[in-house]
Amino acid sequence: MSGYRLPAGGRVDRSKPVTFRFDGKTYQGFAGDTLASALLANGVTLFGRSFKYHRPRGVLAAGNEEPNALVSIHRGPGRFTPNLRATNVELHDGLNASSQNRWPSLKTDFGAINDRLGMFFPAGFYNKTFMWPRSFWERLYEPAIRKMAGLGDAPTENDPDTYTATYAHCDLLIVGAGPAGLDAALEASGTGKRVILIDEQDEAGGGALADPALWPWLERSMKALNAAAKVTILTRTTAFGYYHDNFIGAVERLTDHLPENSDGPREKLWRIRAGEVLLAQGAIERPLVFDGNDTPGVMLSSAAKTFANRYGVAVGKSLALMAVHDSGWHDVFALKKAGIAIAAIIDARTDVDGDLKAEAAALGISVHLDHSVIGVSGRHQVNSIEICANNGNARRTIPCDALLMAGGWTPSVHLWSHSKGSLKWRDDLGAYVPDQANENCRSIGACAGDWDFGKGAVFDVLPTLRDQARIKAFVDFQNDVTAKDINLAVREGFRSIEHIKRYTTNGMATDQGKTSNLNGLQIASTALAKAVPDIGLTTFRPPYTPQTFGALAGHAKGALFQATRTTNIDGWAEENGAVFELVAQWRRARYFPQPGEDMHAAVNRECRAVRGGVGIFDASTLGKIEVVGPDAAEFLNRMYTNPWKALEPGRCRYGLLLKEDGFITDDGVSARLAPDRFHLTTTTGGAARVLNMMEDYLQTEWPDLNVWLTSTTEQYAVIALQGPNARKLLEPLVQGIDLSPEAFPHMTVREGLICGVPTRLFRVSFTGELGFEINVPTAYGRALWERLMADGADYGITPYGTEAMHVLRAEKGFIIVGQDTDGTVTPYDAGLDWAVGKKKPDFVGRRSLARPDIVAAGRKQLVGLLTEDPNMVLEEGAQIVADPKQPVPMTMIGHVTSSYWSETLGRSIAIGLVANGHAIMGETIYVPMPDGVIRATVTSMVFYDPEGARLHV
Amino acid sequence: MILIHCPYCDEQRPEIEFAYAGQAHIARPANPDSYSDEEWERFLFFRANPRGRHHERWRHTHGCGRFFNAVRDTVTDKFETTYKAGEPRK
Amino acid sequence: MTRFSAFSLFAKALGAHKDWPEQWPDAAPKASYDAIIVGGGGHGLGAAYYLAKKYGITNVAVLEKGWIGGGNTGRNTTIIRSNYLYDESAHLYDHAVKLWDGLSQELNYNTMYSKRGVMMLAHNVHDIQSIKRHIHANRLNGVDNEWLTPQEAKAYCPPLNISPDARYPVLGAALQRRGGTARHDTVAWGYARAAAALGVDIIQNCAVTGIRRGTDGAVEGVETTRGYIASKRVGVSAAGNTSVVMQMAGLDFPLESYPLQALVSEPIKPTFPCVVMSNTVHAYMSQSDKGELVIGAGTDQYVSYSQRGALHIVEHTLAAICEIFPIYRRVRMLRTWGGIVDVTPDRSPILGKTPVKGLYVNCGWGTGGFKATPGAGDLLAYTMAKDEPHPINAPFNLDRFRNGRLIDEAAAAAVAH
Repeated sequence: MSGYRLPAGGRVDRSKPVTFRFDGKTYQGFAGDTLASALLANGVTLFGRSFKYHRPRGVLAAGNEEPNALVSIHRGPGRFTPNLRATNVELHDGLNASSQNRWPSLKTDFGAINDRLGMFFPAGFYNKTFMWPRSFWERLYEPAIRKMAGLGDAPTENDPDTYTATYAHCDLLIVGAGPAGLDAALEASGTGKRVILIDEQDEAGGGALADPALWPWLERSMKALNAAAKVTILTRTTAFGYYHDNFIGAVERLTDHLPENSDGPREKLWRIRAGEVLLAQGAIERPLVFDGNDTPGVMLSSAAKTFANRYGVAVGKSLALMAVHDSGWHDVFALKKAGIAIAAIIDARTDVDGDLKAEAAALGISVHLDHSVIGVSGRHQVNSIEICANNGNARRTIPCDALLMAGGWTPSVHLWSHSKGSLKWRDDLGAYVPDQANENCRSIGACAGDWDFGKGAVFDVLPTLRDQARIKAFVDFQNDVTAKDINLAVREGFRSIEHIKRYTTNGMATDQGKTSNLNGLQIASTALAKAVPDIGLTTFRPPYTPQTFGALAGHAKGALFQATRTTNIDGWAEENGAVFELVAQWRRARYFPQPGEDMHAAVNRECRAVRGGVGIFDASTLGKIEVVGPDAAEFLNRMYTNPWKALEPGRCRYGLLLKEDGFITDDGVSARLAPDRFHLTTTTGGAARVLNMMEDYLQTEWPDLNVWLTSTTEQYAVIALQGPNARKLLEPLVQGIDLSPEAFPHMTVREGLICGVPTRLFRVSFTGELGFEINVPTAYGRALWERLMADGADYGITPYGTEAMHVLRAEKGFIIVGQDTDGTVTPYDAGLDWAVGKKKPDFVGRRSLARPDIVAAGRKQLVGLLTEDPNMVLEEGAQIVADPKQPVPMTMIGHVTSSYWSETLGRSIAIGLVANGHAIMGETIYVPMPDGVIRATVTSMVFYDPEGARLHV
Repeated sequence: MILIHCPYCDEQRPEIEFAYAGQAHIARPANPDSYSDEEWERFLFFRANPRGRHHERWRHTHGCGRFFNAVRDTVTDKFETTYKAGEPRK
Repeated sequence: MTRFSAFSLFAKALGAHKDWPEQWPDAAPKASYDAIIVGGGGHGLGAAYYLAKKYGITNVAVLEKGWIGGGNTGRNTTIIRSNYLYDESAHLYDHAVKLWDGLSQELNYNTMYSKRGVMMLAHNVHDIQSIKRHIHANRLNGVDNEWLTPQEAKAYCPPLNISPDARYPVLGAALQRRGGTARHDTVAWGYARAAAALGVDIIQNCAVTGIRRGTDGAVEGVETTRGYIASKRVGVSAAGNTSVVMQMAGLDFPLESYPLQALVSEPIKPTFPCVVMSNTVHAYMSQSDKGELVIGAGTDQYVSYSQRGALHIVEHTLAAICEIFPIYRRVRMLRTWGGIVDVTPDRSPILGKTPVKGLYVNCGWGTGGFKATPGAGDLLAYTMAKDEPHPINAPFNLDRFRNGRLIDEAAAAAVAH
């Protein structure tokens, strides 16, 4: 280890050396180090390259405000993470880090040519060029810009880690476990309140961790809090967003600080609802803006103190301080006492308190008041600084290997701003502090501007002898925004701080402006000759620090991304080789291929079986609603287009449901079981929507109706048994129901037993064949299915899926709402005039059917389509024209909604929405496809058994 | 995620239990046929959409299932009150 | 106006960029204008530019209550496409896409319009039907849009997960190659600069507080926080705040305003070449020229002007993104923000005349207004200049809500049966 590790001190565990790698080189640190402190201890000063100019950069800060020292971490396959701040990466054995945004290496980076040419790349330069010739933008300029874009590499493999999430509730949430937060927690711990104290660092203490004098207090406090029953302390947890009604999002990091291949989820999302929130987030020290302030080795004064006191690391052998705030003086006094040489204190203020000067004198530190740093030399590390008096005299060079900046403090008001609390400007601090709260929330300690760091002055840019427009004085280090960029933005007419931010990108880096916002504001304020409050403040937005997609996605991954609904019979389908399709949240068997069959062959076989023998179909996904009460019929009469009041118990009816705008939203066959009881069915995807719509009307428009609605979708398994042999198969299994055609005609319902299980047996058909839909309690679905399969073997029973169901229903001209209709189709358009109660004075959507455009001629109407070539199956979604020879853009008169090969008919069939379709039966329409025009004839939608002879048997 | 007081459950519950249901106190006419096209258009589509105090409906979908009314400030998202369907406008 | 070019950039660099002029002057309101645009977003600034450029009406003021481009123009995910289903929509959006092409040169401001392609994923049979319907309609309308197999989609966008075992497997995709992205701020700034050069006053920090109408009901001018300004032609292009402005003229509107969130990741080296959208999984994403993954989320469910969205919306969006692009699970979200979108009953915009003479409106773009920016500006300018809508925006009138001639793109992508 090189000589930058102090001989004693710090909270690192010197008994536990840790080996790690950075850019392929092996180093040693101690347990308790961060990657930054360990590298500094090894004498490393160069950590990364800036975004735009590829300037060499070191560490600016010791915490999450670090803009420069971004690294990538490699934890094995799939566990590559870019853009982590070295100051936040906890060291562990085997840690493997690399620098970013450089090629071929950190020390020799070809991208640094940008720095040489930096004068041609001022803020907003890309707005002004790359426009000629026009085609070069996509071919040359943009690809070149994208090559330079980004910080770290993008991951290329799937992340094998898991993430977890939880909810938590508390009376008091304290964000930040520094002295203010700990005091508040101690105070609350005796009150019986449920307290959650969270802190982003690996241990509580905040600023106290860099102040050994407070360590005994810290230890006592933590002991008391750990013993308190109702206090939960979460470390390595970042409160990243403050949402409505004291809802705080936080992410706890669980394994990144452990060696590779540690068990358990990587991160945990905490969604915390708090009665009261105390924000104790502290304050962030501001850099100073002067030429060369980004040279590696120039850093925040407080960071140098933290590295020394907390990690036992000297950031240099000889440090200089550039201050405008007392706090820097106190820092270097501490550093001096820790044994680090102090080359000089330079303070831009004309005078400071006498006791500061006295202590500096006592420690033998030379002091230059009313002076500023005007230049820094050294490329990968500071080797000297140039200072002069603010009147331009007394230029001199001071050798040093690190320069500390004490620019004053910025209260961390991020979460306060997320909560929409207002801010007020404090001239004395040169910063905004919390004002009026919008939530039940208070800011305490340094984040409220309440600190004991001493006094300071506010400077925008330090005085310089050089032309301010030609120096590189950085404001936003990561995005390479300089003071002159901000001046340029103002010169070009950008006056709002939001405009200046967007034009220069100041504050838009991954640190979200933690160190740059206020300096940017001050510079803009000077340039505009306006007070800071008059040019506004950019809004802090969640997250406080960047959070992984994985943590926010939580458990919602793969099968848990969204639950897949399956029926009781789904397992049988899976075991029997079904190919599934997703329909709304359900998965449904699409077809049951036998060996060697493709979909086409399987569907043809399934269709033949239904038409010639018997098919069995799982219809359990259909939505079901039980409608009960003395006014049930009246209610349905108002909801559906057709009349319901005269429907006799035991009979079924097709119901058509419109939205109030007159367009079809759902349909289904429903049964009246008793005068006051209906069993409704809806489409598979429409169940929840229909129930919600019905509840809405029932509760809010017609609360006088005595009706109850209950979703029963998941109470029943539904097996459709369809085909000429259906009755024969069913008869022996049913008790208490006469299946004869006279006793149980088409469109009726009976209750009884099947295989000893209660059933609601519907005689209905979506295939055009003799058919039954057998409703049994869900748990019996599969058993009944298997029984029917076994008993049906003699009848050639064949399971069929949704694809055959689609073909069979299309042969009969039965529509599927959502496929043949699309939310713009009225009952008349769909040819469902017969389902509209002409004598009913009202039903939902009725008035809209009289609107001018709805009654106008030429609307698109559902019709059948038969291609001239019977072997040609139209593509669903294909567009229809009257004149195929017209130029593009063509006038389209409709489109194909459903199209299949009909094995029954030995030809293709289709359904389409065609303008004026009902009036042009027999006429030819054209379907222009990329490879030729297809001719088809407009026909009736009922292609098979138009008389319904096969149904009424 | 806002907290919403359900006037039926008399509990304050998180938003994910509820479904927003649009502007409140838009009564469906008893006799829609008596409405002109313009009146029907207003009933169907025109909404107050105020910046500030807003009367709106929510349904406690994953709770009691009831629709109720609320007064909320659309600038702050804070509820002034919630009340049962059928109660007079507040 | 100093012409922007590599040469001027070079020349000014030698002078340390000290003599760049203002891109547009900070105008103070005059007593009257020939036309006023309320709302200094891309649409409104575009309208002012085209009024001056194409219709010779240069005595124009754009009134912006905050800073130009500070509304939805600066808060969106910058997706540009025109592969809409209905003829009316396809013509409207394609008009805009054609204007995007060449806009940088016309404005002498690099809007960074990048035709990197917009891909829309199909995850079930219903999606395939719907997407193919779009593709065929687009083809016959002269709008490019093509079907890709999952393998072709993966070849075009390598980060795409096309595993058949995914919860929502990718069964194919539609690709509009002319679709893409642009840089949002530069559109507002480019129009402002070009409009100002033609004589338009760009007036910021000037909120409209009232619309004054004469005894005949026609518009006479607007009250603002900076005094009364007379004009017989007022175009309102105020995105989420349209209802509020229209109330000033006594007009109710078929609009509701919802919070819409979007987010970006930290910049990473570009590996994501295009825009991918999935309506079924509810997510869309592109990667900016800076390297940020730009991700759109859904709207919150309730009407709000708070520009503050809920965390569960972000959670769901990122879960969806991680399903489609699992390699980005370790990437980190850098910033989220909220806009206010005004939504019409049929999800299509209203662009044209209002019942008040001299008052014109451009609103209701919902979540998709950015792509229409040049087209909406041009058509609003035409409508204001001629006092009648252009044939392209004529269908997007207010009457459609009365007569039922809706342009319902959302309904056409109806939910699965």
